[in-house]
Amino acid sequence: MTIPPDSSPQLSGYAHPERLVTTDWLADNLGTSGLRVIESNEDILLYDTGHITGAIKIDWHTELNDPVIRDYVDGEGFSALMERKGISREDTVVIYGDKSNWWAAYALWVFTLFGHPDVRLLNGGRDAWISEGRELTREIPAEKPTDYPVIERHDGEIRAFKEDVLSHLGKPLIDVRSPEEYSGERTHMPAYPEEGALRGGHIPTARSIPWARAAKEDGTFKSAEDLAELYIAQQGFDPGAEVITYCRIGERSSHTWFVMKYLLGFESVKNYDGSWTEWGSAVRVPIHTGDQPGEVS
Amino acid sequence: MSPSLPEGLASIRDDFLALDIPERLQLLLEYSDNLPEVPEGTVEEGHWEKVEECQSPVFISVLSMGDAVTVLATAPPEAPTTRGFASILVHGLKGMTRQQILDTPPDFPLQLGLQNAVSMLRLRGMSGMLWRIKRQVESSTSL
Repeated sequence: MTIPPDSSPQLSGYAHPERLVTTDWLADNLGTSGLRVIESNEDILLYDTGHITGAIKIDWHTELNDPVIRDYVDGEGFSALMERKGISREDTVVIYGDKSNWWAAYALWVFTLFGHPDVRLLNGGRDAWISEGRELTREIPAEKPTDYPVIERHDGEIRAFKEDVLSHLGKPLIDVRSPEEYSGERTHMPAYPEEGALRGGHIPTARSIPWARAAKEDGTFKSAEDLAELYIAQQGFDPGAEVITYCRIGERSSHTWFVMKYLLGFESVKNYDGSWTEWGSAVRVPIHTGDQPGEVS
Repeated sequence: MSPSLPEGLASIRDDFLALDIPERLQLLLEYSDNLPEVPEGTVEEGHWEKVEECQSPVFISVLSMGDAVTVLATAPPEAPTTRGFASILVHGLKGMTRQQILDTPPDFPLQLGLQNAVSMLRLRGMSGMLWRIKRQVESSTSL
């Protein structure tokens, strides 16, 4: 890793503390050569209203997705994006964002599909930075194009497709949406727009663990002990087991994916990014309604 | 492109379409910064309608005096995109009559050339605002 990890005791209990930085660490390291800070938000203009000095914006909707196929950019697209944003393969990348880092975690997950070696999340995200009264700027950093190699995207390890989920049924599957979406009362988040799933409910056998249960009130992650209590003690998940997470389009489940993979150290965690907008409308796949997981039919 | 777009909305549309995509976002930000504040007491308690299609807490209210209609909106600063959408409608519909507002094409949000700049998903919020405004205008007419 280019820049030494944050050695804060706050992070030391996690399985991979090198994937997370505190606001103190970021403030101390801003401007360090080889550090690139990225803001990735639900609201595409939020960055423009003020961001951490030197941070650049990457938007999940318009920059990480392929414009034609429902998929992420390919190796060439990612390389071109990194070059445009001035990011080198050797850079330490720290990502932060609004909404408790949902979109930041989603961006980090996409960086991981391309195996970017050192990519970290800012614990607590944009809200933590602002609530501590730290400085924001509207100044957009000057572009400094870089060379970034074309790396083939590796979906196999951390991404699940519908077929993978079908053959996974019976193994740990986590639905991180709200209880109302899980039961089938609604197909979208409370207070969020309808995003076009034909049916409400969840994937049979999926356990309901809303993403927010992994976060504290201030948006930072819960302690390693509390997370282990939630996912391992209460749910009985084995850190050696294969786990798949999903939500509506894969953004909230990236948050839980990050928790299970890097904070708890589960060996195999995949995010099903097709999530409910695909499953809830797909032909010939089973669903289950109500507050119980249901069984494999 | 709809030939029947009223002048206020047409000039906003033309301003957006004259710009490159990154500049369209900056113009949206300007609108966001310029959403008119609604003085306390202007809208009676319970007369704000929440726009459920938006991902942020945004509320609209339509005040009618005879044939004149005023569209009001509030949205928090931490939701600048939503504020920008609301501001475009508040400015664009200013001075319009009931009928002109009801005749506004429902696809106006799609005419601004923002699909690639902010994504279709986010634009749905603006469509939601527009139809809620029209519905409020309609129900106030029937009183």
